[in-house]
Formats: sequence, structure tokens, C-alpha cells
Amino acid sequence: MSQFVKKDDDRDEEAEYSPFLGIEKGAVLQEARVFNDPQLDSRKCSQVITKLLYLLNQGETFTKVEATEVFFSVTKLFQSKDIGLRRMVYLIIKELSPSSDEVIIVTSSLMKDMNSKTDVYRANAIRVLCRITDGTLLTQIERYLKQAIVDKNPVVASAALVSGIHLLQTNPEIVKRWSNEVQEAVQSRAALVQFHALALLHQIRQNDRLAVSKLVTSLTRGTVRSPLAQCLLIRYTSQVIRESSMNNQSGDRPFYDYLEGCLRHKAEMVIFEAARAITELNGVTSRELTPAITVLQLFLSSSKPVLRFAAVRTLNKVAMTHPMAVTNCNIDMESLISDQNRSIATLAITTLLKTGNESGVDRLMKQITNFMSDIADEFKIVVVDAIRSLCLKFPLKYRSLMNFLSNILREEGGFEYKKSIVDSIVILIRDIPDAKESGLLHLCEFIEDCEFTYLSTQILHFLGVEGPKTSDPSKYIRYIYNRVILENATVRASAVSTLAKFGAVVDSLKPRVFVLLRRCLYDNDDEVRDRATLYLNTLGGDGSVVETDKDVKNFLFGSLETPLVNLETSLKNYEPTEEPFDISSVPKEVKSQPLTEKKSAGKKPTALGAPPAAPTSTVDAYEKLLSSIPEFSTFGQLFKSSPPVELTEAETEYAVNVVKHIFDKHVVFQYNCTNTIPEQLLEN
Amino acid sequence: MESCPSVKNILLLDSEGNRVAVKYYSDDWQTNSAKEAFEKSVFTKTQKTNARAEAEIAMFENNVVVYKFAQDLHFFVTGGDDENELILSTVLQGFFDAVGLLLRGNVDKKEALENLDLILLCLDEIVDGGIILETDANLIAGKVATHSIDSGAPLSEQTISQALATAREHLTRSLLNV
Repeated sequence: MSQFVKKDDDRDEEAEYSPFLGIEKGAVLQEARVFNDPQLDSRKCSQVITKLLYLLNQGETFTKVEATEVFFSVTKLFQSKDIGLRRMVYLIIKELSPSSDEVIIVTSSLMKDMNSKTDVYRANAIRVLCRITDGTLLTQIERYLKQAIVDKNPVVASAALVSGIHLLQTNPEIVKRWSNEVQEAVQSRAALVQFHALALLHQIRQNDRLAVSKLVTSLTRGTVRSPLAQCLLIRYTSQVIRESSMNNQSGDRPFYDYLEGCLRHKAEMVIFEAARAITELNGVTSRELTPAITVLQLFLSSSKPVLRFAAVRTLNKVAMTHPMAVTNCNIDMESLISDQNRSIATLAITTLLKTGNESGVDRLMKQITNFMSDIADEFKIVVVDAIRSLCLKFPLKYRSLMNFLSNILREEGGFEYKKSIVDSIVILIRDIPDAKESGLLHLCEFIEDCEFTYLSTQILHFLGVEGPKTSDPSKYIRYIYNRVILENATVRASAVSTLAKFGAVVDSLKPRVFVLLRRCLYDNDDEVRDRATLYLNTLGGDGSVVETDKDVKNFLFGSLETPLVNLETSLKNYEPTEEPFDISSVPKEVKSQPLTEKKSAGKKPTALGAPPAAPTSTVDAYEKLLSSIPEFSTFGQLFKSSPPVELTEAETEYAVNVVKHIFDKHVVFQYNCTNTIPEQLLEN
Repeated sequence: MESCPSVKNILLLDSEGNRVAVKYYSDDWQTNSAKEAFEKSVFTKTQKTNARAEAEIAMFENNVVVYKFAQDLHFFVTGGDDENELILSTVLQGFFDAVGLLLRGNVDKKEALENLDLILLCLDEIVDGGIILETDANLIAGKVATHSIDSGAPLSEQTISQALATAREHLTRSLLNV
């Protein structure tokens, strides 16, 4: 291993020292020529193989030609009797994954090894053969494998059994013929042989419910020789319990006693496996749960993080369905809030949030406030989601929960985190009427200093929906109008829409809103000006306190019934014919894309994800405007709209700018004259 | 569907997150870049924790990772998120202790690289295609050491030149350690 023996005394360079420093694939492949020497130097060959394995391990790839060459030279090494070298040969054959025609070369050597007197050769040759074999070869070696399964050397037996488990995927009919031998191996005195045999036997018999049940029955009464086998048995027992008919009336579940007995096993993995299995029983009762939870509670105070983690994770799941059963653990949970391992701490908190009772909410919020500053965003989001469910569970506690949420909203945090907080506040507002006023105010304060445009616009939209319904909508106007002055164009446009909504719904506010909207006509951004124009003209032009026409309200703020995606597709597919484009022909159902959902994450309600009521982009606005005018409906898809071009000077009485809309075969000039309705001119 | 406990990967990284020896047993990471991305994220997230006295544990995407550090080596064992964490921890401990035995107590990167063949054989004896073969460190090390070149096989099994080579090697090593 020490080709590069360092003679320096310099300790600093030791840090960079590596026997593979400067290693290069081409050079090593050259070195591999030593495999072809008639007088094999096994040390050297082993070293070269190690280098090859190192290269492969580091992600180096061999071309097909290189791999084949190496494989062929490696096969020559079977001539050597050196045990160490043979083991390295086995390793590299497995890494090179030779194709079936290449495999033939080594088959006979491997088969010889499989029957060798040296046990170490037998076990490993079996594993290599089974890794590279195909169906035909397998039938040839089948009887050796069957013998190996019941070999008195446990290493050989395990090798054959594990290979059988893998081969069951590709050649099930062949492996199933080994049932008898596998059955015998299950009775083996060697610990892991039983484990492997049990795994294989179960897989062979898995579709036969009765067979599995018999297997479980006999083993639960027999001797199980290793913790791993015991864990397997617990899993199979759970399967049998699940599949047996549920008659809870007739006393205990079958095999429950066995599971409960496992809770007293010496090995922690068995205790845990049994506890977990009990918690996952279908329709488990509190009485059945108690011994399992007691044991998990003990793990909570273990010095080993793995145990604490496993226990708290399981209890967290139990708390979702049986919170009362977990309350005894609350004290231990609370001490876990300060656990060094942040995953454990987060799980503890979210469990407490599920099991906590109403009186403990305030205290819990205090503890969590200290905790939140210590953990990363991803954990914070988990906690916020748990708090959201707590809000709905204890609506009377909304004040302290709302305070907590608004406090953390003020602190540092990333977009996803803030979004989840805002979503929680919105849900509180929607579902708990008493919380509405304070909630809306908190959101208003938040947008004064919010760095995320998306959140600001969503909140403004939400304000537009909920604000007008409150007892005193006017207090929100200031917050909204400030956004028109202070923020970027997207937020300003959104604020304009919100203002208009207030004006539309709350008639008493209309005059004030009009004043503010008029100021928006001088904004830098065209979307803002266009929206202001639109609203001023359609809401009831003279700014007096009149009720806004219902149709107008619908036009401006009603949601577009046809989904935008479908509208876009239909417009694209529309051929210019005599028939005008009919918006009602657009299908209303959206073909949803299949989403990959994580198993653990449930559906999170996105409170602000409602279909957008007002078009959020300039193109959409134009498209809507134009498609509503019958003469243009034959034009097909809007290709592009130019930015407005000023045609008059700034100081004239009325300002005219023109927007060029380009369709496939037509050009539409839209002259925007302020204080008058737009005029259109058709040109070919 | 009750399944056999299975391991998705075993990683041995250095104190900068580079690979010393890794073995993947799952299709979750098809390409080498996917594997490297996983190793990087696991390494970065666990870097600041103290996993020297006791094994630590964390969740990554849909996987559970148990890990332990020794000197400048970081050991990781990964399983699915519904796997029994204690089983994974036993595999980790077996690997960790076996490496300790094979490297004769000098568990650091230099020693590991110089004995990479032992480490790779060790990995081979612990898990086969995701299925646990052995968890007892003594048994694992025993299965590896019988093939090791340096295990001091009786001279009669080596040719004279090989014996001389072995002796020369031991001499050079002892000179270096002065």
C-alpha cells in the first residue's frame, strides 16, 4: 500500500498525505498488466486492485472497453492461491458487473471455489456467482446453493440465503424450490442464519396468508436466536394481526401477548420494534397502548440520542390519533425541548403541541418562543404548522397564539417560513371571528416592512377580501395607501386593486378612495395607472357615495370562472374563422398535473392560494380587455402588446398614449386618453 | 408489506466531506452527482454536531441517517424513514468498531487510506445488497483479517520473495514511525 513512502519528517504535510495522491486511471490500467504475468506477485496485484477499487469508489468511470479489459486480466488471477488476492478479486468482479457473455469465463473458477475446502472461498464465491448470474447458470449451480443453505458453516449458509433473497426478485420460481432447505435453516442454531432464513422464507411464502400465519405461530413459541430475527418476527406478527379478522369483542388480539412480551427483551432494538408495532396496530385501544408508551417514555430520558429520537418520533405519531395516551410523557417531552439534537427538540415541541391541554398553552408558547431562535428555518416551519392546528383546536386561546405568531413574524426568517406564519394567521382570521381585527392589523403591520413581494401582494389581496367586511374598514386604508407610495410596482398595483375593492364594497368610503385613486394616475408604472384608470371609470365616475353596480363589481372583482390555463390553451387553439371566440366554450375543469406528494407531509391548506381575482400582469389585463370586445375576438391569440408610447406632451389637457397590440393578422392601436374612454382604430 | 430491515448506504467521509469509502445499496441515487450531492448535504448538516461519544441521528429528505465521528473520519449509515433506527445504529456501531479493530486503534484518514483494502472488505462483510450480513464487530473484523495480507500469515504460505517484501515493508514503516 505504500508506493509513495514519505521520508520527510515534516508533520504538516502529513495532512495532505494519501497513498492515492496523484492517482490517475490510465496509469493504473497500465499497472494492471501485472495481472498477466506468468509469475504472479500477489501483493502487487492486490495493491493494483485496491487502486482500481479506489478509482471506482471516487466516481471514476471505466469505458466498456476498459472494463472488459480489466475483467479479463482479473480472471487470470484465479491461478494464484493467495487468499488475500482472491478476496480482492471477488470484490472487483462484483464492482465491474460483467455482462453475461463475459461471466462465462469465471463461472468454472467460481464454481470450483464454491466447492472448495476453504470456507471463506465458498461463502464469497457464492455471493459473487449469485450477483453476476443469470437464469441458465443458476439452474446449473442450484444444487450447490441448496447444499450451502444447510451448510454447518454459518457464513456459508448466510451467504447462500442472502443471495437467495436477492435472486427471488429475478428468478422466483427457482428460489421457491429451495423451501425445504430454507425451512431447515430457520431452525439453525446460528443466530444470523435463522435471521436470513426467516427473511427468505417469509418472502417465498408472502402471498400465502396461512403459511405466514403458521410460520409466525411456530416461531413465537420457539426459540429466536438473534435480535434481528426477533425484529423480523415482530414485523411478520403485525402483518398477521392486520390480516386476521378483527374481532375485538372476543378479548385480546391474537399475538398481542407476544408483542407485549417483547417489550421486556434484552435488546433495545427488539423493545423498540415491539413498541412501535403496538402503536401501529389497527384500532389500537388505550389499554393496549399503555405498556408500549411506558417503555417509550423510558427511552425519552436515555443518554443515547438515537433512542430519544426513535421514541419521540413514535410518540409524535401516536399523538396524532391518541393524544390522551401520550400526556403522561409531557414532562419528559418538555425537558427535550432543550435537547442538543434539534430534530429531537422539534419533534418534542410538535408532540407537546398536539397533546397539550388548554391551560398549558400559554406556558408552552413561552417555552417555544425561546426555542425558536435556536433552530433552522425548516424546523421552524414544522413548529408553525403544528401551532396552526393548535389554533383551531383551542379557539379561545387565539390571543396568545396570535401574539406568538405576530412576534415571530417580526423576526428574521426566510420566505417559506414567513409564508407559513402568514398562512396560519390567515386561517386564524378566517375561522375565528374574534381574531379578525387583531389579525388583520398584525398583517398590516407586517406589510409595512415585508421584503417578499409575493407575500405583500397576497396579504393585500386578502385585506381586500376581509377588510371591507369589518366594522371599521377605514382604519386599513392608511396601511394600504402607504403601500402605493412606498413599494415596488407589483405591490403598488396590488394596493390599487385593494383600495378599489374597499371603494366598491363600502360605499361610504368611495369618495376617499376616489381621491386616492386619482393620485395613482400619476404613477410611474403603467400597470398601476391602467388599474387606477379602470377602477375610476367603472366604479361610478363622479366619486359620490353611490352603490357600485353589481355587474361592475363582478367584472372587476369576481373571479374568472374559466381557469386561466384553459383560457390560454383555447385561445392558442382558436383558428380565426367567422365564428367569434366564445369564452363560454372554454372548459372549466383544470387538468391537474400529477403531484408527487411526500408520504409524511399531509395536505397543507394554503390560505392565500385562492384563484386570482384580478389579473396580475399587464398582458393578462390587455388580454381580458380585448377579449371582452367582440370585434377583436376573431383575431386569435394576442401576440404582443407594446409599451405605451406618449403621443402628446405632458402639459396638454389630455394625455394620449398608444399601445400597439399585435395579433396574427391584425394590428390594433389602443389609444389611451385620460378622462375619456379608449378609442380603437382598425388597420390591416 | 413487511420488509426485511435494509440499509440504503454506508459512507465513510473525511473531515472535509470527501469520500474515503462509500457503498450504496439503493436506487435512490442513480448518478454519481446525485450521490455526491447527498454526501455533501449530509456532511454539511452534521458537521457542527458532536457525534463522538454517542452516535447521533438526523433526518434527510425521506431518510434517517445515523452517524458517528472519530478523529478526522465521519461514519454514516442511511436507511428509509420508516426503518427501525436502532437497527441502523447497530449496523453503524458494528462498522465503526470493526474499523477500529482493523486499523488497530488508529482510526484516522491516513490509516484508513493506507488500509483501504481492509475497509472495502469490511463494508463487503457487513451489508450485502442492502441486507445486513453481520453486526458483531469482532466477527466482521475476523472475516476480514483472515484475508488481510498483513495479518502475519505464517511464512510457509508465502514465497521467499514475498516474505522479504513483507519484512522490508515492516522495516520501512517502523523507520518512519521513529
